[in-house]
Amino acid sequence: MAVTRREFIKIAGMMAGGGLGASGFLPPVPASEVSAGTAAEKAAASVAATCEMCHWACGVIAKVVDGKVVNLEGNPDHPCSRGKLCARGIGGMGLLYDPDRVKTPLIRTGKRGDGKYRKASWDEALTYIAEKMEAIKKTYGPEAICLFAVGSCSTHLMPLLAAFGSQNFGNPSFAQCRGARDIGFRLTYGETPGSPERLDLGRSRAIVLFGSHLGENIHNSQVQDFAEGIGRKAKLIVVDPRFSTAAGKAAYWLPIRPGTDMALMLAWMNILIREGLYDRDYVERYTVGFEELASQIGQYTPEWASKETDISADAIVQTAREIGKCRPSVCIHPGRHSSWYGNDVQRSRCMAILTAMLGAWGREGGFFLAARGSLRKAQGKEEYPIPEKKPLMEISPYPLAGKAGLTTGVTTVVRDATITGKPYPIKGWIVMGTNILRAMPNEKETMDAVNNLDLLVTAEIMPLDTAMVSDVVLPSASYLEQFEDIGILRGYRLGVTMGRPAVKPLYESWDGYRIARELAKRLDLAAYFPWETLEDKIKAQCKLWKIDYEVLSRKGYIAIEGTEAPFITEQNQPVFRTPSGKIEIYSGELEKLGFDPIPKYTPVEQPEEGRFRLLYGRSPAHSFTRTTNNPMLHELFRENEVWINAKKAAELGVRNGEYVVLVNQDGVRSNRVRARVTQRIRSDCVYMVHGFCSSSADLRNAYRKGADDQGLITRYAIDPICGTTGMRVNFVQVVREI
Amino acid sequence: MPRYAMVIDQRRCVGCMSCIIACGAENNVPRGYYRTRVLEIVSGEFPDLGMELRPEMCNHCDKPPCVYDCPTGASHRAGDGTVQIDRKKCIGCKSCVVACPYNARYIHPEGFADKCSFCVHRLGQGKEPACVANCIGGSRIFGDLDDPGSVVSRILGEAGGTVLLGGAGCGPRVFYIGRPGGPE
Repeated sequence: MAVTRREFIKIAGMMAGGGLGASGFLPPVPASEVSAGTAAEKAAASVAATCEMCHWACGVIAKVVDGKVVNLEGNPDHPCSRGKLCARGIGGMGLLYDPDRVKTPLIRTGKRGDGKYRKASWDEALTYIAEKMEAIKKTYGPEAICLFAVGSCSTHLMPLLAAFGSQNFGNPSFAQCRGARDIGFRLTYGETPGSPERLDLGRSRAIVLFGSHLGENIHNSQVQDFAEGIGRKAKLIVVDPRFSTAAGKAAYWLPIRPGTDMALMLAWMNILIREGLYDRDYVERYTVGFEELASQIGQYTPEWASKETDISADAIVQTAREIGKCRPSVCIHPGRHSSWYGNDVQRSRCMAILTAMLGAWGREGGFFLAARGSLRKAQGKEEYPIPEKKPLMEISPYPLAGKAGLTTGVTTVVRDATITGKPYPIKGWIVMGTNILRAMPNEKETMDAVNNLDLLVTAEIMPLDTAMVSDVVLPSASYLEQFEDIGILRGYRLGVTMGRPAVKPLYESWDGYRIARELAKRLDLAAYFPWETLEDKIKAQCKLWKIDYEVLSRKGYIAIEGTEAPFITEQNQPVFRTPSGKIEIYSGELEKLGFDPIPKYTPVEQPEEGRFRLLYGRSPAHSFTRTTNNPMLHELFRENEVWINAKKAAELGVRNGEYVVLVNQDGVRSNRVRARVTQRIRSDCVYMVHGFCSSSADLRNAYRKGADDQGLITRYAIDPICGTTGMRVNFVQVVREI
Repeated sequence: MPRYAMVIDQRRCVGCMSCIIACGAENNVPRGYYRTRVLEIVSGEFPDLGMELRPEMCNHCDKPPCVYDCPTGASHRAGDGTVQIDRKKCIGCKSCVVACPYNARYIHPEGFADKCSFCVHRLGQGKEPACVANCIGGSRIFGDLDDPGSVVSRILGEAGGTVLLGGAGCGPRVFYIGRPGGPE
């Protein structure tokens, strides 16, 4: 390979940067307190908490000295962390001690969006909310209140809302994230890939990533397994328009034209069948519809796919042979955020079908089978009132939305109803654990909806964008200050998790259970929250499951022995909860609903000359908008850059490091953002890390730093099958800032 | 006496930055300064690109120029062969910062030279250095070169391992394996 150009970047790690006086790397603890050596020199108490810096929910051991958290380490017993934490995990101290936190309940005094608030007591704030909720209920019915919730707090607020009489939930984790993937796999296998995904990456012989940029996108144990796989010389195939860190490790980097992944996958299926490289026995034994697939697949030749994908036919054939040869120990990573183009269920179906053709589901190095056994969750009063009006999800136009349990509510369905008042008016939003203004595409539509509300409540740790337009803001405790509800972890083994608070809640912050319970009291719904504290609830749960509370609360994780059965053997046969009881290559369910029973290629719109498709992704230092103000993580990654192909940049006269502005197809302009002129991206797209440029002036590190990709995502392509919003359908121009 | 060394398997480094922040938190490194870093070096032109991820830090050299150049004896080789700094003796003159060919040192805002210590305080407790214990990719491996059974001895026996700036003749104790373009 000709070395004609070198890009040399330090991933953080300036040895001698601008020092900030003697303030410690740890924001909270002055150097003098944790003297010269380290935190570890003083006897520190160890507390097993559950990390909430992202949704992987690692076990974390907090080291506490004199009531202060001085360090965080991975819980060695917890399967999600295995003794290690990612940068964000260690940066949890930066969240706990962030000086910009929401410190007291706040009630809005100015116009919505002015950011003018007054301090209120908890009693005043909760009474205010309860009265508003009752008033809305009286005029419009209880269904007019909706909940947007993500993370552990949702386990407390969902029962509250259901008890109040509404089952209208919006879950960005579904509609803006994993929804299409989960539905695609459920249609094929009768279950989702799980979260954490049940991938046996450490033993894979070949790993295929479609846009997944593991390494830059960190889910702790999964990246540990990924590195283990690479260390054991798994062949890595990275399909990504951008030369990601993972692509830098790949045997094959396929810089695909964005939006054409299905063409590549259908061509791979064709080659696997043509060359007999699929697992015949497995396909015969466990699948239905292979013949139908085989009869349609001939049209998808490597030459055809080459034109669509901009990858050479040779490379398509070679990589197909590579995964065929490595079967069944092949991991085609299903990804997580999968709402890309509006055809995302079918794209996920392609991944699921390829996995089946390679015989990789239930096989070492592929997907492992879910641990056996189940545990029943303790509930308060179990009967919820049946809503008079049908929940929005049941009358939405998307047949598979809202059907896979309570956490599959499509956010845009709630938003549309709030804007139009149809099928019935929505007048109150309760938002917790998600910065909904920044999680959904088209911020203007979200604001249109917000402006129709009589009540918008946000419970937040940080004053993020949504908090700044809310009527009431409640100060949430962070995971280091509260019990984390008991959880069931279905990894190789079934396990039980919980978290203990490392320190008392700072300022006037409350934990999610207390917020839900105190609000319930004011709505005459206290019967649904019979336990005084979350700890009491966890104890009751432990009693029900015959688990030693003392052991669980000390260790943070307990494995249930005898539940592990990861791979297919004659004695350990997989169960597929599909209509046919088999893996459905041909989906009768989709056919009945009027969709393609076998995925067909449908091209997506490509940008015209002079415009770039806007792509976005992750930094290992950040989880969306929620970490950008964190002093420790801000230090590692201060603001996002827009990656632009070097040749294109030269044409436009854009220099590396200079500020540019992006303008999208609807004329929306971004904040100024540094150009990263690079060989590492195709010429038809630009890329940036998601979550920057906060509109909240109360965030000293994040306010107007970098560009907000979500603000440029005014267009979205809804998947007709499940309502998830494809967000990679926006085209931008790059304008030099003069 | 042990003879400590670190081996870095560059194949396993995924550029996640967790070593950087783990080191900072463990050693209370002042904000804006770092004892370790990860370089991302990309070569080639689209689409023929290569990438090297290279974690770097103090090499704890057998022949350490920083020690030779220290006028007060603050920088010294400890009994286990690691290079350490006695903060009380350090006058912050920067001789060592300039002498180090690896750019591994900085002057702490409180006036003394600072750098990676191989987390010597943890070694005493039977723990690995923080960056090693926390390395998500399992890329950083630590051990005793005098123990033929240690993982570092075995790896270096099998794979050899290269050092940075070998020509400088400092005898570094940080070894690299799995470098892109290097031997398998």
